[in-house]
Amino acid sequence: MSKLEIRSPLPGTFYRKPSPDAPNFKSDGDAVATTDVVGLIEVMKTFHEIPAGIEGSRVTFLVDDAEPIMAGQVIAEVEA
Amino acid sequence: MAIKVIHPGLATTVQDLGRPGYFHLGIPEGGAMDRLSLKAANLLVGNDEGAAGLEAVFIGPKLEFTRDAMVAVTGAEMPIKVDGVEQPGWTALAVKAGQVLTFDFLKGGARIYIAVSGGIDVPTALGSRSTYPIGALGGFNGRAIAAGDELPVGEARKATEGKSIPEALRRRPGMPAELRVVPGLYWHRISEQAGRNFFEDEWKVAPEADRMGYRFRGGRPLDFVPREQPFGAGSDPSNIVDSCYPYGSIQVPGGTEPIILHRDAVSGGGYFMIGTVISADMDLIGQMQPHTPTRFVKVDIGTALQARKDRAALLGQIKALF
Repeated sequence: MSKLEIRSPLPGTFYRKPSPDAPNFKSDGDAVATTDVVGLIEVMKTFHEIPAGIEGSRVTFLVDDAEPIMAGQVIAEVEA
Repeated sequence: MAIKVIHPGLATTVQDLGRPGYFHLGIPEGGAMDRLSLKAANLLVGNDEGAAGLEAVFIGPKLEFTRDAMVAVTGAEMPIKVDGVEQPGWTALAVKAGQVLTFDFLKGGARIYIAVSGGIDVPTALGSRSTYPIGALGGFNGRAIAAGDELPVGEARKATEGKSIPEALRRRPGMPAELRVVPGLYWHRISEQAGRNFFEDEWKVAPEADRMGYRFRGGRPLDFVPREQPFGAGSDPSNIVDSCYPYGSIQVPGGTEPIILHRDAVSGGGYFMIGTVISADMDLIGQMQPHTPTRFVKVDIGTALQARKDRAALLGQIKALF
């Protein structure tokens, strides 16, 4: 089974949920569709939704909520 | 018309070297945050160094050229592609009508500068083509470019395809980034220990940092010398009677998070300023990503003036290539 990577297009702070009290966009083990939002990145006083960009089963996040992130960094792995 | 915007990137704006002379009226200087990179890009495509180009932060735009043009991309390290084929940065690239310029993920730095032969020919506003989005002034309709925009391009002059700026003449912040600072008029407001801490601590660029100001976190909070606040000053010890804010000045609201004012900054207000980043180091700030570790280095005005001369000499070396 091959693994695909979801990479961050942006540097900033990564959030796994839309607001502090909301559940995560996706949990480890979930399936993802290309247009599914997997997180938010905060940079320059705005929040940007990050779509999965790929389709697959069993997502595994490699970045925690509210962690710093660099452009190109792998956010999550997905089984194709 | 010569460039169609297919995808704008994150906050891509038309920028030249800015509109000095109106800051006292509250209109910021504006212009490229990394001026050396914009100048270099312009020289590569045969433009005057101050022609208008595009400044793209963190994410590159996707642009289609509707006529042949010489294009150069400088500044941040971000793979450049013309019709999917990778091209070198800091180099004059001959792009044909119908070809598409795209970018991959940012690898280093923060802002790329895209110059096109003839320059982006939007109307000038107060003497400049720079975009000041908050004031809806200059640039393309006073805003960041958007998908579907068609950017006008001026008359091209002669340029040499493949011409490149050598690596040794490019400037990027180190790791940690070091910014030289001349202590300011309000230095007496903080304790001696706080002054030492400010220069000893390692700070990190906060994600809020933008064209108006670069905010930093991670150092120890400043202690202020106790005083009865003068008439006209706010009640917080970091408040002063309103004053002018120079470009590069570092205000520290509440004594906690320093903010360096940059090209689109507010021109005055009531926060004390610990000092001012020297002009020679301001371009480096434009290439700092969020979370970049940063040290402030105390220098005197003599060092600042020498650094400015060195910076001018570096630009002279770049110009000598043409």
